[in-house]
Amino acid sequence: MPFIPHTQADVEAMLQQIGADSIDALFDEIPARLTNGRLDKVPEGMSELAMLELMQARADKDNGYACFLGAGSYDHHIPAAVWDLTARGEFYTAYTPYQAEASQGTLQLIFEYQTMMASLTGMEVSNASVYDGASGMAEAVLMAVRANKKNKSGAVLTAQSVHPHYRETTRNIVAHQGIELAELAMDDSGIVDVDDLGDVQPAAVVVQHPNFFGRLEAVDALTDWAHANDALVIAVVNPTSLALLKSPGQWGAEGADIVCGDGQPFGVPMASGGPSFGFICCKQQFVRQMPGRIIGRTEDLEGKVGYTLTLQAREQHIRRGKATSNICTNQGLLVTAGTIYMSLMGPQGIRETALTCHDKANRLCEKLVALPGVEALFDGPTFHEFAIRLPVPASLVIERMIESHILAGIALNDFVADRVDHAETALLVAVTEKRTELEIDAYAGVMAKVLKDMTKRV
Amino acid sequence: MSETPSELKYVATHEWARLDDDGMVTVGISDHAQNALGDVVYVELPEIGQVIAGGEEAGVVESVKAASDIYAPIGGSVSVVNEKLDDTPEIVNEDPYGDGWFFKLTPDDTGDLGELLEAEAYQEVCDEEAL
Repeated sequence: MPFIPHTQADVEAMLQQIGADSIDALFDEIPARLTNGRLDKVPEGMSELAMLELMQARADKDNGYACFLGAGSYDHHIPAAVWDLTARGEFYTAYTPYQAEASQGTLQLIFEYQTMMASLTGMEVSNASVYDGASGMAEAVLMAVRANKKNKSGAVLTAQSVHPHYRETTRNIVAHQGIELAELAMDDSGIVDVDDLGDVQPAAVVVQHPNFFGRLEAVDALTDWAHANDALVIAVVNPTSLALLKSPGQWGAEGADIVCGDGQPFGVPMASGGPSFGFICCKQQFVRQMPGRIIGRTEDLEGKVGYTLTLQAREQHIRRGKATSNICTNQGLLVTAGTIYMSLMGPQGIRETALTCHDKANRLCEKLVALPGVEALFDGPTFHEFAIRLPVPASLVIERMIESHILAGIALNDFVADRVDHAETALLVAVTEKRTELEIDAYAGVMAKVLKDMTKRV
Repeated sequence: MSETPSELKYVATHEWARLDDDGMVTVGISDHAQNALGDVVYVELPEIGQVIAGGEEAGVVESVKAASDIYAPIGGSVSVVNEKLDDTPEIVNEDPYGDGWFFKLTPDDTGDLGELLEAEAYQEVCDEEAL
């Protein structure tokens, strides 16, 4: 049965009543060049059984591979309880909780999420989440430009070492809002060169740490430089790394002003690139400029603890035509998983996970740079991801290693061809706690063999 | 019944204006407005030095019920803003014509005040809204 409540007769009666010829006629005013046209590529519906077979066959393709892919999405262990609990009917609903009297559990969960994220990032407030890390960065840029009372230039400096997809998304969202995006140059070691920051007076500076290449930036110097120039600091961070690295709230003398990132490492599977959740945290003084919503804890008339939507300063139903953010909801389900993940792991569990990732990544990196013709693309410390230079094109090595059931990493040529010299030979490798010693040894062994074969042929 | 002091000038968008002895014009929102808004929780003020035309947006007042723009009754440049509103926005409710003022303008032309509403005319605007 179709899950559409209107029969053809209903639709015709409604169209007749309002004097329209067809449903399409209601959308007349949209210029034809802006519509997708017919969705010819969408196949016919299939039965549940046929669909399950198809999806199982596709899922099977992923099985049996050791995953060393990263670039923003990481293959961490997810405790079984995370999705068992998240999928409970009480949480597994489609929309966000407007009705405090009917949604105390969800509201409490979001409150706890905010509390944990604020603690992790060293900020005073967190919102209830945004779509993903990239939209989080775009919203952080909009927020910083609104919040910076000392610099109204609308100029924002983004480090070249920030994830290219995040920078593209941000450009798409902010380009037509009077914001001018410029870049902070990256040096030969894959981080922002703090000795060459130029004389731009930006309203905000965006730094990713660890950056797209896994490298650690000179965050203290960058933060102090930005503040000395009346710019706000936006930190883009990996939440797992915060268990080891000092929180952005402690960067430099005054700390970062806004912290954002992608919550995927916390309980969200690497499912075809999404969905995920984004987080935004900030100092108390900027809370009125924060997009999305904040859940607060309060007491009812009888003195009992209760939770409620406390602040939505930017949303459309509050600001109407003056709304300043696209974010009018939050990623409730993924945040549920993330919160349960954090609760189960605890600070110690996340710290051990981060340490294990870091150690294993270092170990694999050492093994790889010992191979003939392989070297680190950048010198300097990394977290759990690193870039290497191969003697042959990275995409070919990736293909060959798939034959041995190893997903070797990301070909940097697909991301930063214009940023890195000879990017075609650069490979980005991530190692999580899930990778076994056996897999790490196998990776090095298979790569040695593949490179030997390939260089012999050349 | 809200208060509408007769020595002030008003705008139909519910701001009041007062020409002070030092030549500056103090601006706030009316008793009727604070009453209609309910508890004020936040006020976004203009920047000092900002030049605003009469009728132009000069800030935002947010209450537990709504966010509303504040408009400059006449043109001028912003000389002083009421910083007390940052931490104690509730004074807008408690004392809209006194401590709860928003900002002071150095007016382009004090003659513009003559075009604003007298208390009686403004009271009629409020009465109509109440109907």
